[in-house]
Amino acid sequence: MAKTLLQFTGKSIHCSIADVHIDPWIPVDKAIITHAHSDHARWGSKHYLAHKDSASMLRLRLGKDISLQTVEYGETFTINGVNFSLHPAGHIIGSAQVRAEYKGEVWAFSGDYKIEDDHFSAPFETVKCHSFITEATFGLPIYKWQPQSEIFDDINSWHEKNKSDGKASLLLGYSLGKMQRLLKNIHLDGQPIYSHGAIYAVNETLRASGFDLPELTLITKETDKKLFKGSLIVAPPSADNSIWSKKLAPYSSGYCSGWMLVRGAKNRRSIDQGFALSDHADWNELLATIKDTGAEKIFVTHGYTSVLSRYLNEIGIWAAEVKTMYGDEEKEEVTIDETPTNEQSAS
Amino acid sequence: MKQFAKLFLALDRTNKTNEKVDLMKAYFSIAPDKDKIWAIALFTGRRPSFKIKSSQARQWAAQEAGIPEWLFRESYGSVGDLGETISLILPEATGILQERSLSDWFEYLRKLPAMNEEEKRNHITAAWKQLSRHETFVFNKLMMGSFRIGVSQTLVVRALAEATHLEPGVMAHRLMGKWLPTETSYEALILHENKNDDASQPYPFYLAYAIEGDVSGLGHPNEWQAEWKWDGIRSQVIFRSGELFIWTRGEDLATDKFPELNILKSWLTEGTVLDGEIVCYQNNRPLPFNVLQTRIGRKNVSKQILKDAPIGFLVYDILEMNGDDIRGKSQEERRKLLEDIFERNPDKNITTLSPLIQFNMWQDLIDLHKQSRENVAEGFMIKRKSATYQVGRKKGDWWKWKVDPLSVDAVLVYAQKGSGRRAELFTDYTFAVWDSEKKLVPFAKAYSGLTDSEIAQVDNFVKRHTLEKFGPVRTVTPKLVFEIGFEGINASSRHKSGIAVRFPRILRWRKDKPPEEADTLENLKEILRSFS
Repeated sequence: MAKTLLQFTGKSIHCSIADVHIDPWIPVDKAIITHAHSDHARWGSKHYLAHKDSASMLRLRLGKDISLQTVEYGETFTINGVNFSLHPAGHIIGSAQVRAEYKGEVWAFSGDYKIEDDHFSAPFETVKCHSFITEATFGLPIYKWQPQSEIFDDINSWHEKNKSDGKASLLLGYSLGKMQRLLKNIHLDGQPIYSHGAIYAVNETLRASGFDLPELTLITKETDKKLFKGSLIVAPPSADNSIWSKKLAPYSSGYCSGWMLVRGAKNRRSIDQGFALSDHADWNELLATIKDTGAEKIFVTHGYTSVLSRYLNEIGIWAAEVKTMYGDEEKEEVTIDETPTNEQSAS
Repeated sequence: MKQFAKLFLALDRTNKTNEKVDLMKAYFSIAPDKDKIWAIALFTGRRPSFKIKSSQARQWAAQEAGIPEWLFRESYGSVGDLGETISLILPEATGILQERSLSDWFEYLRKLPAMNEEEKRNHITAAWKQLSRHETFVFNKLMMGSFRIGVSQTLVVRALAEATHLEPGVMAHRLMGKWLPTETSYEALILHENKNDDASQPYPFYLAYAIEGDVSGLGHPNEWQAEWKWDGIRSQVIFRSGELFIWTRGEDLATDKFPELNILKSWLTEGTVLDGEIVCYQNNRPLPFNVLQTRIGRKNVSKQILKDAPIGFLVYDILEMNGDDIRGKSQEERRKLLEDIFERNPDKNITTLSPLIQFNMWQDLIDLHKQSRENVAEGFMIKRKSATYQVGRKKGDWWKWKVDPLSVDAVLVYAQKGSGRRAELFTDYTFAVWDSEKKLVPFAKAYSGLTDSEIAQVDNFVKRHTLEKFGPVRTVTPKLVFEIGFEGINASSRHKSGIAVRFPRILRWRKDKPPEEADTLENLKEILRSFS
């Protein structure tokens, strides 16, 4: 059988005609990166290509000196006859779907994607294709997101209540993506927003590259803890119940993640409030997107891969699971969130 | 229902007992009486059965949602709670007709048992269609039960006592026994005075600290008495006004749970309060704690349980005699009075004195301490002979001296997902030690002892280092080492390792140890030899 345009090699999504790897999990020569989360953007490749809005984060996380070429959404670049282009995935700033076309056949890899416009990342665009490679992080019918405006309202009232109770609001969310979405959408009262180092590093890097984000105040050993009363504090999820968070007391913690839709996930963490805000497509959005692409073949890379592919086959859409090393950025936070702090001390 | 749903979700959200009490207290202060009695019934495990099988509810919900049953099962596996899965999977409510209160919804549910299958289905799905997601979840709990929101009878008692300005002891007593929300009212059950309100009042328990350093540091052995420290339920048994009341250390009134102790009514004199340990007991010997565990969580004590897990009461103190509070008398005097009373004890199988250990020198005690495990004890209680019976945990006069748990370092080899709160996470682990051929032999399963953050790390490790899947079980790369503690060890022909350990649990994660340095089967066999 002839080789397909994109192949699953067990180390990346590979285009052998162009000899380009998409989101490889081992070092390669040429890597196209969908977005800067560490399960998709890994260290050690010789040349990287990504959307221009990913550049500063990739340099922060993979090193200043990486060889990195950037492109705009929709800009075609041709390698050995294969036409590639990146298209908005709506997941985080600079996140992209990769479209590959060769002799009229089109493949698309979604990376991670979100449908609702978060007012910071470029909104998701459907890519028509013959074969669609999709994520399935929330590929179960229990996951159906509320409109984000309702969740932002909930966060605003939670912060108001904390203020009147004389408590700080410790807002927890993944440092790249979730936190920018929150800072762009929740009500900011003009008071200083205090920040954990991991989020501060991302925020400063993005601000320095010209993105419009509010200024944050880094919490250091010297920060007077009296200032925290009634304030908004932002931190990555792993910072809650740590030595770091001790001096913030009294505070109420609110964790923003799609997993918070389920009580068990909420109760496993000792947090005060869960806000079910996700940067991934929910069940209905996955199905609608898959249908919209018009693809004849669906490959499911990570998340509830077996559930989604089985369901698709049952409703008459050809689908298969693919083994990759992509995961859920939040579930990996335990190991990931340690990196920004190291980089900070190094820089 | 909005009011109750709000309370329910708020209770579920916090794990701080004081906050739970405050939330319930606020609810009991504002809710209508007819709702309150249902709320109390729910929180204390007195929900009537509406004869709805979970398989039916599952099927109806899947059909309403338009998904196949296997997909419902997958969803359930991820949520770990049926009522919640249904609430998440159903399409959004079509319209709220009218707000019904908690008691209205119970009246609605009470129509179910008389209905045929089709009517039941219509009745339930009609309710789902007009309830919001959170309300549907609470409604399902009313219908099918299984509340896991960390509200115990004790907390309900505290909240009610605070809301009504009554003594917690009085409230505990009023909530006792077999009442039904359909046959009583808030007024009659909670607010009316009960003739035994005072009779049931317990004394606060006197609690010991763990001994610091060597036992000989306590001074002259003559000043002390020693008893075995039993591994059971610390209990106070009260006989007043012709009635028996059993209080456990959590200030729970547990009279109904131990009907065996009714025998005390036949010979104790009016106005007696005894302190001791309830253990499972057979042939004049305590049974290990895991036998007692089979009976603790049960709401109803069945005949089978009484037969399989008979209890005994090992008495070691007396706090009230002939209606007089004698806690001010010395330990030695109280012991004498207790022994006198037990001269009259006609039964030696169920209630018996916890014996004093004879010793002249501390060294005698140190030698005997090594036999704790053979005596099904956790060690010794050392009590100063001149001590009064004090209130709460106090240092100085009562000391507990426990044996160290046995332990080995073992390698994680299999992992399995948990359920309920631990659904979706690999939390049930099997551990192995090295045999003489350098192969890992599984010897214990354990699923407690790690912090949530450690569980998350192990979970992440399991997902990334899965070698094979056997149904729900995964074999993982043998890499992580844990110190596994256990209470006892026996030879076993049923286990591949040839040994069986009791109450294995994770003591700590040995991140400092490579798997090659974990313990061997030979180490375990040595422990076995030294304890049998």
